[in-house]
Amino acid sequence: MAEPARVALLVTCLVDLFRPSIGLAAVKLLEAAGCTVDVPRAQTCCGQPAYNSGDKGDAKAIARQIVAAFAGYDYVVVPSGSCAGMVKLHYPELFADEPAMRERAEELAARTWELTAFLVDVRGMMAVAATCTQSATYHDSCSGLRELGVKAQPRRLLASVGGLSLKELPGAEICCGFGGTFAVKYPEISGKMASDKIADIAATGADCVLAGDLGCLLQIAGKLSRDGSRVEARHVAEVLAGMTETLPPIGAPRDSGRNG
Amino acid sequence: MSARDDIIGGIRSGLGRPALSEAAKGGLAARVAAHRRNLVPARAASLDAAGQVRLFVTMAQAVQTTVVRIASDREAPAEIARYLAAENLPAELRIAPDPALDELPWAERPLLTVRRGKAEAGDAVSLTPCLAAVAETGTLMLTSGEATPTTLNFLPDTHIVMLRASQVVASYEDGWDLLRTRGALPRTVNFITGPSRTGDIEQKIELGAHGPRRLHVILIDDAKTGRRK
Amino acid sequence: MDPTSRAFIENAHAGLANPVLRRALGIAGTGFPARRSEAIARLPEFEALRDAGKAIKDHTIAHLDFYLELYEKNVAAAGGVVHWARDAAEARAAVLEICRSVDAKIVTKGKSMVAEEIALNDHLEKNGITPVETDLGEYIIQLRHEPPSHIIAPAIHLMKEQVTEAFRAAHTDLDPDRAITEAPQLCAEARAVLRPKFLAADVGITGANFLVAETGSSIIVTNEGNGDLTQTLPKVHIVVASLEKIVPTLEDAATLLRLLARSATGQEFSSYTTMSTGPRRKDDVDGPEQYHVVLVDNGRSAMIGGEFQEMLRCLRCAACLNHCPVYTAIGGHAYGWVYPGPMGAVLTPALIGVAEAGHLPNASSFCGRCESVCPVKIPLPKMMRHWRERQFAQRQVAPVYRSGLKLWAWVAQRPALYHALVEIKARLLGWLGARRGRFRTLPLAGGWTEQRDMPAPEGRSFHALWAERQRTCQRETGQ
Repeated sequence: MAEPARVALLVTCLVDLFRPSIGLAAVKLLEAAGCTVDVPRAQTCCGQPAYNSGDKGDAKAIARQIVAAFAGYDYVVVPSGSCAGMVKLHYPELFADEPAMRERAEELAARTWELTAFLVDVRGMMAVAATCTQSATYHDSCSGLRELGVKAQPRRLLASVGGLSLKELPGAEICCGFGGTFAVKYPEISGKMASDKIADIAATGADCVLAGDLGCLLQIAGKLSRDGSRVEARHVAEVLAGMTETLPPIGAPRDSGRNG
Repeated sequence: MSARDDIIGGIRSGLGRPALSEAAKGGLAARVAAHRRNLVPARAASLDAAGQVRLFVTMAQAVQTTVVRIASDREAPAEIARYLAAENLPAELRIAPDPALDELPWAERPLLTVRRGKAEAGDAVSLTPCLAAVAETGTLMLTSGEATPTTLNFLPDTHIVMLRASQVVASYEDGWDLLRTRGALPRTVNFITGPSRTGDIEQKIELGAHGPRRLHVILIDDAKTGRRK
Repeated sequence: MDPTSRAFIENAHAGLANPVLRRALGIAGTGFPARRSEAIARLPEFEALRDAGKAIKDHTIAHLDFYLELYEKNVAAAGGVVHWARDAAEARAAVLEICRSVDAKIVTKGKSMVAEEIALNDHLEKNGITPVETDLGEYIIQLRHEPPSHIIAPAIHLMKEQVTEAFRAAHTDLDPDRAITEAPQLCAEARAVLRPKFLAADVGITGANFLVAETGSSIIVTNEGNGDLTQTLPKVHIVVASLEKIVPTLEDAATLLRLLARSATGQEFSSYTTMSTGPRRKDDVDGPEQYHVVLVDNGRSAMIGGEFQEMLRCLRCAACLNHCPVYTAIGGHAYGWVYPGPMGAVLTPALIGVAEAGHLPNASSFCGRCESVCPVKIPLPKMMRHWRERQFAQRQVAPVYRSGLKLWAWVAQRPALYHALVEIKARLLGWLGARRGRFRTLPLAGGWTEQRDMPAPEGRSFHALWAERQRTCQRETGQ
């Protein structure tokens, strides 16, 4: 494996509030990959909600905070394609007219990675030690796929999970309809996109749907739950970190503790 | 200020500059005059002449163009008679007023009614020459002219095209170069790739929307004589 | 046509609820992407051609004044006339004047989105001239008195039953018992009904996919042959085209043509790609006697030098529509004007104003699929975001969102406060949601919960847990 590395985890605002277990799973995987992991406290959000709402002023202010908080680490790793994409692609664009800040943003961007891409492409991780005797299907979150080229890496690692049968999702690359504020501003359209995604998932017959972004997963899990589906939803990090035995899937009652 | 001046002025102000200098205009004019090719796909360009002919036939047939090969143009009237009978079409033909077509041995097919000129309403079948055929996509290149009225390509239900193997070129760019050697541009240049079609009803392809529903190419194997200059 | 883009949400609702549209879009939504993908797989140079096409368009726009002047010179040299139109009204007036000059009664039309944009048909009808749409899809929607719902397949929102209905209602001199339920029968009927119109037309109006500066030519890319009959049979051929259709040379046109059909329908090349230069020549026996080009600005020159200049590269291939999950959910009419889908979301506010069209650039999840399939690499999501920036800066965003966002952003810049509040929220919602694991309803989250449940948070924030973990580690290592 590669040399030890100092990694800072960019938790993401959704993981922080809804599902810290994803962050803990990411830490576990990073440590298994020979990294020491810090979580800078001066982070709150990557600023994407403000950015996509057209509020460049607030987006810049939040971005400055992130740039400062993550200075000095070898790598910044994010369990989310959309947040990683925000830092890697959009921070430099945000500061296009501020050369000094732009340079710092580009320097940060060069060190920032989505979790599975980091494990496979930077740390050379080929396999994980986890087992999970379920069938699963994987949804490609749009930003991770199109902004960062995350496609093969999660599948490579999932293929090594003992007992896991991975089925390809038809229309895996089609948007689930989350899109941040889009989901609440245009709920009917977002709901239709979610229904289409659920139908594709059901067609695979898989027990479980996985993705690399909690935004997508809240949308998908929320729709599965509303439809009374038995299909479970999890973040890919939870499966790779071997947490499925003890961690209920997204949206499941917490008291039961066992997955179906 | 005229509309033209307003529009040109608006463009220049958007670009943040006044009219181009004479030198700059000269540079752009030279770029146009040079009409350099951009990237041309290797698909046809990497093949030899015989390969390009084969590719043309394959690509044309893939879009429902029918292709029959004959050894010399003397055989064309017989092939046309055969084709019309096989398609259950009347033995009637409107041919382009082209001296080369006039010279074909039509007398060998006395039951074939041959009329000459531009297409009239009611013409079922036309026969035209073409300027070239582009192997890259199985595309015929036809030009309007005194001997080649454009209506023959569109009004009849069935369009038959005479093509010599030596007319096959690799790319559209080869077609443009050929066109430029012939002096001023014609009114119309048609690139025809298969018969008329539409997918406007439930995305199901139907042939013969408004143009011909059949496109038949008679390919004359003049490869032995080599490419004509 | 008059825009109805302000009613986007209602229009989208109607689209989502329309069973005919659902079936029709289901067919289109799978067919187009598959065919495009197959066509691209057959051309290894496709990616390189995208870059070449982008470069041609960027170069042209950067020198648009030069190329337009060269184009006009060459049109005139070939015996044609260019009419410059600053806006829709001038364009309509130019077309009408030409029609009147030859006492035109019937005008056939090839498909033209810019003719829709300038509302040409209504204007001709009001002035006693009958425009006949000849593209099958355009003909069908003309009979149904509705606008196109897609920029290359105007009737894509219909199933064949609707076409049968329209033909029975319109073609009243045909046998009412005739069988026209299947596509071949419908096509044959359209062919038969429109043929006499082609032959009777006094003027033929087409659009143009490209205008070639080098030669003063117009190029149309079609499959049916209607465009060719429209521009060949009548005495007068009028081309209506917007400024940015100009390309410098024939070679540049060839490069863009390689991108166009593959991106639009997955064809190698369209059945008919036709280049026209001037009217008929002295010795021609057919062809129009007059050739006119109405060159339309209508907001394009205003896009140059600004944040939306790259939109002028658009080839109108509709790949972005075909791959857009929003378009394939709601259909084209929901967008309320001529240009739907992602390209419509960027272009429509530029042409009719963001006050009217404000919903369009907002109704996107920024999935980016449009940009990934655009043959000339237009950064569509980025430009939609620019519209959102303008709306935010001009306070056109609903106050509840604007103030909510500002408040959230204020807290997000104060990590200690933020972490404290998140921990409180995580504990509260986690506790409330523990038993079921999700919320069916949630105060202030009606937009979410009307469509789906909200999974309950786990009950602690990550930062709180991490801080505890760090304290535990420190205790254990005796620090």
